Amino acid sequence: MLSSQIKSNEIVFGSCNKDLLEEIIFYGIGLGADFIEIFIENTDNSSVLAEEDFITSVSPSFGKGAGIRIFKDKKDGFVSTNDLTKHGLIRSVSQAIEMLEIKENNKREVFNGLDEFRDYSLSKKKWINEVPSIHEISEKLLLSTKSLKKNNKIITRKGSYSRNLQEVIIASSDGTYVSDIRLHQTVGLNVIASDAQYRSSGSRRFGSSGIPNEFGLWDHEQAANDVFESSMNMLYADYVDAGQMPVVLANKFGGVIFHEACGHLLETTQIERGTTPFENKLNEKIAHESVTAIDEGISEGSFGSLSVDDEGMEPEKSVLIKDGILKKFISDRAGELRTGHQRTGSGRRQNYSFAAASRMRNTYIAQGEHSKEDLINSISDGLYCKSMGGGSVGATGQFNFAVEEGYLIKNGKLTNPVKGATLIGEAKEVMPKISMCGNDLELAPGFCGSISGSVNVTVGQPHIKVDSITVGGR
Amino acid sequence: MNSREITGQISKAADFLNLKKWDYGASFSNDYSVQVDKGEAKQLKVSQKQILTLRVWNESNLVGITTTSDISESGIKKALNQANIASDFGNKNERTEFSPLAKDHIEVKDAKKRNPVGIKKLLTLLREAEVKLLKSHESIKSVPYNSLSESFYERVYANSDGAFRSYTKSQAVLYLYARAEEKNKKPRSSGSVKLGYGVEDLDIESCIKDACNKTISHLNYSSIQTDKYLICFSPESFLTIINAFSSMFNARSILDGVSLSNKNSIGEKLTTEALNIYDDGLHEKNISSSPFDGEGTPTKRLCLINKGRIENFIHSESTARIFKTMPTGHAGLGSKVSVSPDWIVVEKSEENSDLKTLLDHSTYGGEFVYIEELNAIHAGVRASQGSFSLPFDGWHYKNGKKISIESATVAGDIKYLLKNIVNIESSQEVTTSGISPHIWVDELSITGDA
Repeated sequence: MLSSQIKSNEIVFGSCNKDLLEEIIFYGIGLGADFIEIFIENTDNSSVLAEEDFITSVSPSFGKGAGIRIFKDKKDGFVSTNDLTKHGLIRSVSQAIEMLEIKENNKREVFNGLDEFRDYSLSKKKWINEVPSIHEISEKLLLSTKSLKKNNKIITRKGSYSRNLQEVIIASSDGTYVSDIRLHQTVGLNVIASDAQYRSSGSRRFGSSGIPNEFGLWDHEQAANDVFESSMNMLYADYVDAGQMPVVLANKFGGVIFHEACGHLLETTQIERGTTPFENKLNEKIAHESVTAIDEGISEGSFGSLSVDDEGMEPEKSVLIKDGILKKFISDRAGELRTGHQRTGSGRRQNYSFAAASRMRNTYIAQGEHSKEDLINSISDGLYCKSMGGGSVGATGQFNFAVEEGYLIKNGKLTNPVKGATLIGEAKEVMPKISMCGNDLELAPGFCGSISGSVNVTVGQPHIKVDSITVGGR
Repeated sequence: MNSREITGQISKAADFLNLKKWDYGASFSNDYSVQVDKGEAKQLKVSQKQILTLRVWNESNLVGITTTSDISESGIKKALNQANIASDFGNKNERTEFSPLAKDHIEVKDAKKRNPVGIKKLLTLLREAEVKLLKSHESIKSVPYNSLSESFYERVYANSDGAFRSYTKSQAVLYLYARAEEKNKKPRSSGSVKLGYGVEDLDIESCIKDACNKTISHLNYSSIQTDKYLICFSPESFLTIINAFSSMFNARSILDGVSLSNKNSIGEKLTTEALNIYDDGLHEKNISSSPFDGEGTPTKRLCLINKGRIENFIHSESTARIFKTMPTGHAGLGSKVSVSPDWIVVEKSEENSDLKTLLDHSTYGGEFVYIEELNAIHAGVRASQGSFSLPFDGWHYKNGKKISIESATVAGDIKYLLKNIVNIESSQEVTTSGISPHIWVDELSITGDA
């Protein structure tokens, strides 16, 4: 459809909005902005919760909104609104211009109109009709919670499903004009087990992007067995003794530590704030030579994958650390402007009400040559962290992570389960202590909360050995 | 459209769709915020947002829900339709009704609503605050996290039975988080938050002073030996731990099997007779107070622990009906209605003769660990099991001297902690999440680097 055929005074999804978007960008550039970006989204989400043998919550939600970002020199003004009319968008541009106190501009930027439309959504428009119905989701979730009912020690059983379908249009004064549809689905199981004074819990989450029938392929029986086994193993576990010790971190979600403790410090937002110890360490050794770490947005179906980032750039595969040497930072448009590190297709945001920032996508430590047994056999007295809980990192890089399922290692063998363990450390001190990497890399989905809201990511790693770390306990 | 017009629009659309029973909650907000970096504006932000959550009951009295940001006539019709479809999957095991208190009188405090000062003024004030903080000590090198914001919002609840409530508020928040560096030492960071009804109510000077003092005071630090210690919780840290384990008082959590309490726990002795805990969302010091909850139930002061024993649980409409009591004004609005506390007030009861009153954080000369602020709550608390393992900022007092603790976690069990409270200081302090005195606990495990 030719853009001239539509003269709309409102953004219409599924139609050509070129004239309207160009008019808005011309307006902002004419007022003296260095750069304008318009991000528009239309969402259609739903979630379902099964508890015990009942569906207890079905929550659809939908919405529309726009985020307009204007740069002047190195500062930016961001306005978000639910008003997608021409009037509403022009008003938002005016507000941003006013905020930045742009009055006169002798070196006015040139806007030559939007480039050819890049439509990443073409093959994805059918997704909304291919995702499972609420009825299908409910039936399978109830089967999964039924599968968790394996003995009378399981006192709480939950299954949850969430689907986010986001249609975006991105246009900016450098000519960028793209559209995309993103689909993310997650399903999770949780149990609580109890026997007299003993209590334990178990949880697993699975997720994908861009695979409408993924939920249908989910093996709920295996997932239920895994969660049940984990909670039973931990039910009578003793509390771990605190101290310094070697640990082996399992693959998949074990990678959350690298994500939180190191990955965030490699985002250009941290350089902008001056809060990363790695700022001036490019091409220097920051980790053990056995460590190669990657952040990418291209693995098909992975939870953190994208066709195009929230600033209209196709994601790249970024080798962050190669054999222990720091090679690259994760960068977005503002990061490139303020720190000089080239964009990596990592400009991401939760929704239209956040300005994009440099964020991780699928982030993992590359696999090595060792078997899991090699790692465990190399330790005489330590801890095996089979399943990690959540964690956090302080502003100066200290991290703290809960171990959901842990086992003591004695003389190279796994022994008793232990609970209450937390791993405590600092990225720049722990990275050189990752001395062995296994040959069993796997990824796991997760949600990462940071400056531009909560975004879908994957974390991952093979089994890794850390020579010494502080384990918090009782 | 204003909130009355939206209610009329929903009523009209519901009639059109033959939906007899419905309710909704809505929020309309305008937010303005600024961030600075070494005197320069970094990001300036304005947000206009509207969100509407609609529930409808079908002919089988099952509830469906939809949330939308589209409050146009077509958007409202679409939302009602979606909610109606979702009602086919409504929870047959636990019914939801309108709150029986949704039309009761609500206590509307003096709203103290302020007018916007605008981005330019926010920017000027934050720039000045950053400069002052940077000048306050030579070791403070940057203020990496900072923000000054003002918000103006309206919240509404209405239902097809004629209930209609709304209130408007304003709120301003200043956040300064400084980073200090000295040669051959690890960088240290700390910060301060101040809330007010408007920017003119913010105590900017004290925010600067607090951020500076907290950051600088931790510059000289030492590791601590892993061991068990006598602990003094600051008001802020004790409120953090009580909020983290508030499922003990939460009827929703009890019904879901994720609470340490059960239906019969009213009257159970949890802690020393010297301790009272209230939830008091309408407290005059609570800047974020709301006169009603998501179901339209009026907010009120509720005693949770009276002389060491559980006195009340917090409820929504459905949990209250199951427990054969009345809603307490703590509900959200959702397909499954959540329940959460508003603003916790901790105080010493009259039954306090067993307390070790010599334990006072400003005068006690023996060895103890002072926990100033607990971190990583979402990661380190297992509310359903009662255990916690949390990193903290704090001090080790020994031989009449105090030194900042380099990096450590405190671990334990909430029931053990509550049972081992040995002193409740007399003086209460107001924080952003409630009011509490300093609380002393005998013997908790500390893991340090040493």
